[in-house]
Amino acid sequence: MSENVRELSFSGAVQEALAVAMENDPRVFLMGEDIGVYGGAFQVTGDLVHRFGEDRVMDTPISELGGAGVAVGAAVAGARPVYEFQFSDFASLAMEQIVNQAAKMRFMLGGKVSVPVVFRMPCGSGTGAAAQHSQSLEAWFGHVPGLKVVEAATPEDAKGLLLAAIEDPDPVLVFEHKLLYKIKGHVPEGHYTTPIGKALVRRQGKDATVVAAAIMVHKALEAAEVLAGEGIDIEVIDLRTIRPIDTATIIESVKKTTRLACVYEGVKTLGIGAEISALIAESEAFDYLDAPIMRLGGAESPIPYSPILEKAAVPQTDDIVAGLRNLVKGRI
Amino acid sequence: MAAKSATKSVEQGRNLRPFYANHTPEQLKEALRRMWLVRRFEEMAEESYIRGLTHGTMHLSIGQEASAVGICLELTDKDYITSTHRGHGHCIGKGAEVKYMFAEFFGKEEGYCRGRGGSMHIADPATGNLGANGIVGGGLPLATGAALAIKKRGSKDVAVCFFGDGANNEGAFHESLNIAAVWKLPVIYVCENNQYGMSVSTERSTAVKDVATRAAAYNMPGVIVDGNSIADVNEAMTAAMERARNGEGPTLIECKTYRTRGHSRSDRNRYRSKEEIESWKGKDPIPAFEDELMALGILTQADVEGVRAGVEKDIQDGFDFATKGTNPEPSSLLRGVYTTGDAA
Ligand SMILES: Cc1ncc(C[n+]2csc(CCOP(=O)(O)OP(=O)(O)O)c2C)c(N)n1
Ligand SMILES: [Mg+2]
Repeated sequence: MSENVRELSFSGAVQEALAVAMENDPRVFLMGEDIGVYGGAFQVTGDLVHRFGEDRVMDTPISELGGAGVAVGAAVAGARPVYEFQFSDFASLAMEQIVNQAAKMRFMLGGKVSVPVVFRMPCGSGTGAAAQHSQSLEAWFGHVPGLKVVEAATPEDAKGLLLAAIEDPDPVLVFEHKLLYKIKGHVPEGHYTTPIGKALVRRQGKDATVVAAAIMVHKALEAAEVLAGEGIDIEVIDLRTIRPIDTATIIESVKKTTRLACVYEGVKTLGIGAEISALIAESEAFDYLDAPIMRLGGAESPIPYSPILEKAAVPQTDDIVAGLRNLVKGRI
Repeated sequence: MAAKSATKSVEQGRNLRPFYANHTPEQLKEALRRMWLVRRFEEMAEESYIRGLTHGTMHLSIGQEASAVGICLELTDKDYITSTHRGHGHCIGKGAEVKYMFAEFFGKEEGYCRGRGGSMHIADPATGNLGANGIVGGGLPLATGAALAIKKRGSKDVAVCFFGDGANNEGAFHESLNIAAVWKLPVIYVCENNQYGMSVSTERSTAVKDVATRAAAYNMPGVIVDGNSIADVNEAMTAAMERARNGEGPTLIECKTYRTRGHSRSDRNRYRSKEEIESWKGKDPIPAFEDELMALGILTQADVEGVRAGVEKDIQDGFDFATKGTNPEPSSLLRGVYTTGDAA
């Protein structure tokens, strides 16, 4: 079973998804800043321009509103564009076309069109790139009906979710945490998709449920390992899709473990954790809770440059260990 | 260090171009010193990065020092600038001290942004520098707004906006220039056209050959200068200042230049040839300025060597100061998010 041991980096898996999509569907093409001969700021598109040519791997001017909006227009007119924001922070320059146009067009036009556009969104802190290049803005876009938001934790899901996004008839934002680009993992060859809207239980446990996405899944799994040594048994759910959230998987898990922690890098207030906490509070799982829900989120500040402060601004494994220990042992 | 009246300026009898005629030898020497300071600061910053003292990324302006210094030579601390991700030259040109810049690079409390900003946000509001910017084109509306505030308070100051050729394709460029022209704001747009926005050449990204052409769409003068000649840059700046101060509105100055280093730390230069880079290294603005100063008899070889030695000392002292700086306390993380409730 040589296929099962094939490993790729996360960025390699994203690149492979783009290649598979372009091979399978002549309507698919890529747009973005420096994605051609430069290979992308994070070397994700790599040498795709040499394989598929400049007509399908298009370097755009530094014009995010125009570039992203052109992708939206092309999608409405039958193309399958994948637009790379060099950093997801720059999507703030293109909010108009994403939020007012792409998200609403189908609805406003009475369901007569669809907008199969994909935005790739490198996100997250940890690279020393400071306040304007380090944000985690998933919740912003998750707030907009008409958009779908996905975020993989593993190379396998990075490929599968991106292929699902490209094939989806509606606009999908694909967040990619920059610190994950270099991690390696098993990636199946050829075409496959990871379903949008489905979370995955990455670790079974009985004492508490952690809901996390992207890099926080890895930190939560590390924390769970530490706590296993103390006899605390943590269940880790990898959200994979931010919108629409897989409520069923989370509710079922919390009913079993009776405790919930939400761990996310985005700013804590009004973030993903607020939504997950609320959906549990509103569900039948509420009656099963043995402790208040815990949220560990990003600090109420921009991401600082100083490495010391940058670390302090987002939950680290130690914070998760301490928080979960308190959640399980502190209050019963 | 704005140019003062020509009382002590370099001989008036001679047929000198305005840049040399209208500045004192001391001012010209200071301009040279700042150019060297930019160069040596960046070389040292690069070395610090390689030695692991700095993290993140940085964008070096090596080869582009003439535009930063030639523009800022006319400004006082009351004039504003907005800068870019490639902003060390603007910062030093406007009068920042390298020791606080190094401290910022090393993430120390002593740094200009108390270690919160790093290279890409370096700023010194005390000298009118409203900051580098991580967003391409981010400074264009800000400088325009600073000019609006100047106009409202009725002073004769100006705002200068540095930006790259890449930024001229952002909506912010077009919207800002139009507003500034309609309201006749005292703002000077300085495009440092180094011919690439990261890997994409202006031919591939921009519908016009010269960014200055776009000034016509906003009914303002668009001036093209040799960005590697501090004299050319400065003379265009002087004219733009006069126009701004007379209430005639904005000017767009396009400085044709080149960055001889990669875009940032991760650049592999796959989009341009070695020959192209080498040919531009031959047009280095600093030795060219030195040669001119000496040919005109304004500075001697010994003066020039004195400038370099002084810069070397400033760099070493600044670096030493910064390495001994204080690391921020994690508990201070929320400081500076808001003004109210902030412990000064
Ligand atoms: C809005 C935005 N888009 C993209 C980037 C990424 N980026 C940083 S610098 C740069 C190139 C800018 O080119 P130019 O304006 O010519 O300035 P130069 O780097 O040549 O000095 C790019 C694409 C960014 N920081 N902000
Ligand atoms: Mg440029």
